[in-house]
Amino acid sequence: MNKALLGFLKLVGGAVRDLSPIVLVVAFFQIAVLHQPFPNLDSIIVGLVCVILGLAFFIQGLEMGLFPIGEALATAMTRKGSLIGLLAFAFMLGFGTTIAEPALTAVAAEAAEIAGQAGAIDDTSAAKGDYAIGLRVTVAVSVGAALVLGVFRILVGWPIQYFIIGGYILVVIITIFAPPEIIGIAYDTGGVTTSTITVPLVTALGVGLASTIKGRNPMLDGFGLIAFASLTPMIFVMIFGMVA
Amino acid sequence: MTDLLAHLMEVTATTLLDVLPIAIILFVFQAFVIRRKPANLKKILIGFLYVLVGLSLFLVGLEEALFPLGKAMAKMLTNPDFLGIATGEPGHWDDYIWVYVFAAAMGFATTIAEPSLIAVSLKAQEVSGGTLRAFELRIAVAFGVAIGVSLGAYRIVSGTPLPYYIMAGYSLVIIQTFMASKSIIPLAYDSGGVTTSTVTVPVVAALGLGLASAIPDRSPLLDGFGLIAFASVFPIVSVLGYDMLIRWIRGRRKQPQKERRA
Repeated sequence: MNKALLGFLKLVGGAVRDLSPIVLVVAFFQIAVLHQPFPNLDSIIVGLVCVILGLAFFIQGLEMGLFPIGEALATAMTRKGSLIGLLAFAFMLGFGTTIAEPALTAVAAEAAEIAGQAGAIDDTSAAKGDYAIGLRVTVAVSVGAALVLGVFRILVGWPIQYFIIGGYILVVIITIFAPPEIIGIAYDTGGVTTSTITVPLVTALGVGLASTIKGRNPMLDGFGLIAFASLTPMIFVMIFGMVA
Repeated sequence: MTDLLAHLMEVTATTLLDVLPIAIILFVFQAFVIRRKPANLKKILIGFLYVLVGLSLFLVGLEEALFPLGKAMAKMLTNPDFLGIATGEPGHWDDYIWVYVFAAAMGFATTIAEPSLIAVSLKAQEVSGGTLRAFELRIAVAFGVAIGVSLGAYRIVSGTPLPYYIMAGYSLVIIQTFMASKSIIPLAYDSGGVTTSTVTVPVVAALGLGLASAIPDRSPLLDGFGLIAFASVFPIVSVLGYDMLIRWIRGRRKQPQKERRA
């Protein structure tokens, strides 16, 4: 048997381990708590096989594609020494991946619905459409800004806690002034924006930058970009709710 | 079977659309700013293909097998008939015990399967030179999500304001930041945003909406939100807590040795 196949089988084994908690929880609640039979068991089994293979492929692809390209970009950018280029890349990566994010589109539509009901905007579909697009652009700009700030932090090597704690204090202050109906949505957008493809890429970029630049420690300086990207949307969305 | 294939095609198309902006940005910067072909281009492209295929299969499987069951369960567990509450009555907070248990168990289980968390913890293990174990980190994060989602369900039941809980979570994080080792802090902050993605969000959101629509005087639109926020703050607390716990255990192990030597 060749090595690649053996490696893949190991990934499949890992995927089975990662999924077993969900299967156990679902089975326990279905049988012991709800006393329900399993509807169409065959489609569940086919689905589970898809999930396991999918997870194994994803992790293989992660090591082959997403991690190397993120690191290669970080190295190439530092070697070029173009600060503007690097920051522009960070902004575009944040903005570009967020504006098209399906989860965000869904949340923005629901937020417009709430704003219409609360009387913050006219209860017409045109006004709600404008509001939803405004919200999506706001979140995308905030994620772009977060990555710019996060990359800048890696370059200068300032400790992350000052930024994050400062951000928390800002969130708390703005919460006092924000309209109540936007607060739940604003807090949730922080978690929604970072998708499964963006996270590995951004992490590899941060770690790559911190490993290439002299005097930076990848553990201390490489992580944290995602943290910025989940904090700024809360602040920006609440401000959007106050202005709109 | 044809249904499944049609579904797979549809999801692949959506995933492709998701990857497209990233691919375009990467290409533009590679071609116009860096102006050099990356090494191993072929391998990277195959890797991207694997990510695309893997993510599509993963999503289709979840939508075929787990999401319908998870969502149906969330609905059933929040049903007043199951809970033994007369319809239209708000009920007492402890009538919802199974809801909190389900929230915690599902929060934990979905987080263990979350692909973006696997990615970040693999990277952390690599960068730390193996001193930080990827699987242990994921378990710490999953505990945080379990506590967060369960607490979030209690908040919807009790109708207390969301900002209080989040601010309490922030205060804990700030206090822990002063006590934890420096090297874990950025990773802990990251784990908050990483946890809530492909697997966790749909099930958790269904639970929030189900709860908010089952309890009288709660608006699904206003009170259904907020569970994701809980699931993003509490993993930071649990990862920082994990670091403090490990250092405490190591400290205890070291102490008797010192005494023996003396």
